[in-house]
Amino acid sequence: MRRVILIAVPYLWLLALFLIPFAVVFKISLSDIALAIPPYTPTAKDGLWTMLSGLDFENFVFLTEDDLYWKAYLSSLQIAFFSTFLTLCVGYPMAYAMARAPEQWRATLLMLVILPFWTSFLIRVYAWVGILSGEGFLNQFLLWIGVISAPLTILNTNTAVYIGIVYTYLPFMILPIYSALDRLDGSLIEAAEDLGCSRLKAFWLVTIPLSKNGIIAGCFLVFIPALGEFVIPSLLGGSGTLMIGKVLFEEFFSNRDWPVASAVAVILLLILIIPIVLFQRNEQRQAEAGK
Amino acid sequence: MKNMMLSTAAVVALAGAAWAEEVRVYNWSDYIDEELLTKFEEETGLELIYDVFDSNEVLETKMLAGSSGYDVVVPSGTFLQRQIAAGAFQKLDTSKLPNSANLWDVVEARTAQYDPDNAYSINYMWGTTGIGVNVGKVQEILGEDAPIGSLELLFNPANMEKLQACGVHFLDAPAEMIPAALKFIGEDPDSHDPDVIAKAEPVLMGVRPYIQKFHSSEYINALANGDICVAFGWSGDILQARDRAAEADNGVEIAYNAPSEGALMWFDQMAIPADAPNPEGAHKFLNFIMDAQNMAQASNYVYYANGNAASKEFLIEDVIGDPAIYPDEATLENLYTTTPYPARVQRTVTRLWTKVKSGT
Repeated sequence: MRRVILIAVPYLWLLALFLIPFAVVFKISLSDIALAIPPYTPTAKDGLWTMLSGLDFENFVFLTEDDLYWKAYLSSLQIAFFSTFLTLCVGYPMAYAMARAPEQWRATLLMLVILPFWTSFLIRVYAWVGILSGEGFLNQFLLWIGVISAPLTILNTNTAVYIGIVYTYLPFMILPIYSALDRLDGSLIEAAEDLGCSRLKAFWLVTIPLSKNGIIAGCFLVFIPALGEFVIPSLLGGSGTLMIGKVLFEEFFSNRDWPVASAVAVILLLILIIPIVLFQRNEQRQAEAGK
Repeated sequence: MKNMMLSTAAVVALAGAAWAEEVRVYNWSDYIDEELLTKFEEETGLELIYDVFDSNEVLETKMLAGSSGYDVVVPSGTFLQRQIAAGAFQKLDTSKLPNSANLWDVVEARTAQYDPDNAYSINYMWGTTGIGVNVGKVQEILGEDAPIGSLELLFNPANMEKLQACGVHFLDAPAEMIPAALKFIGEDPDSHDPDVIAKAEPVLMGVRPYIQKFHSSEYINALANGDICVAFGWSGDILQARDRAAEADNGVEIAYNAPSEGALMWFDQMAIPADAPNPEGAHKFLNFIMDAQNMAQASNYVYYANGNAASKEFLIEDVIGDPAIYPDEATLENLYTTTPYPARVQRTVTRLWTKVKSGT
């Protein structure tokens, strides 16, 4: 009995916070737009049977007819992929340095990584507007030291979006990698070196594989929110920054087309879930084969 | 169990009673003199909860989702019309609004286009959509006779190419930008014909490469700081930028002009949601706002014109005497209004706009 309850809790959690909301969104994605409250038809008010018979996949067909949508999905995937990669490149050395730092410093370093969360996410992203703008700190500084002669246009470009995403999600990359590296047994590296590995080779053959789980967790934590990101591209990006989060916002608010907006969201979820499920299956199979 | 239900019912009833003492108002940000809010509470003894938003779309989404919990909201004309059709508002009870005698018939005649007989709403503020320029920089680039009061400045690629380096922002509002582009090429700005609307595309695409950003509020600061030279935006916002620059004394001089070809005139209307928890209090708030002195105090603070004829004698010269706020007869003639797009045309418009913004 206790076991059943223990297992039931996470499933109930999943049901209440994921499956039910998803079912609601999926149902709306099969509805039609209407000028009413709420702005779609049919609703449960029409009776269950009428509601179910009024649903169709029209909105999904519509998404395939306009190249805007797949271009936005592709461009979001690209931005999410490269910013995850960049975050890894910046985050791994930082996590490594933290894990190698003297014991008494580590708590402080960990604190410093978490510290930005004490300020609102929105304010931190907005601060980058002040840093990157034509008259901003960065340009003022570069002009002052004489590296450039005219201000660089960084704000309102994709570069600014990358900077924003890497900055914002860096802690989510550092923390899981740090926790993997922190647990790493130093004697393993000593053993590798004793057996003739160069330091670089020991790092590549021992440290990286042992921190793999941290890297994967960090990459998921960055990639998933970056893919649907809305705030960063709308504050830092320019008119040419095409991301699915912005398209979704426009469907929902400008077209007030909740059904198409829901269809866009359903596909976004599928894009995320299918690879993750496949990946986990693969991991499981490997783990079982390893036994 | 029965006891529990009874006590729950009692709690709900009590909460309902407490609720009735509150009035919840949802208005645009930076859009009132906050002293008025305190004054309303003192006069009526009601507790006023005042929240703000910055786009019609956000308000409309809340209205169409229903149960917003607000008693008074402030949509603009075309949005109001659509939300009335969706059944989002209740008719005003004029017997509770003695101050409605103060309203200005010139404005009422125009708002009746969105709200027939003004049955659901009263006008709060109105203004125009036009061109804000950093006078010094634009004249430096285009010469003394730069067309700062004409759509020529915005939609002629030759002008925009030169202004690009200095920075140009357009409103991220297709319902404002497409009519302006149509006006520029001499078409009916209020056209709902997809073929006519499509003619706006080459005009906008022609200048798109030179536009730094499409955004509906950032231009206030950007203009005031001197980050950009030109913004196509809302009258009061640009006048706010002008005042901020003057206060900062940073050498930036901003001017606002309604385009000489004709400018879009918009109206922000106060209305009461159909499911407002406290319609009684909402009427008290509307009546309070329609008081001539209160309305004048609001306009004197936000630098927008209002729809209250009786308030004019209390307006400061900076407001009533500024043709950018209270246009003269000739300009007033030159202003046009638009009507809401039907859902299918709305999609064409949004799609065109996405294409203009992203190039896709």
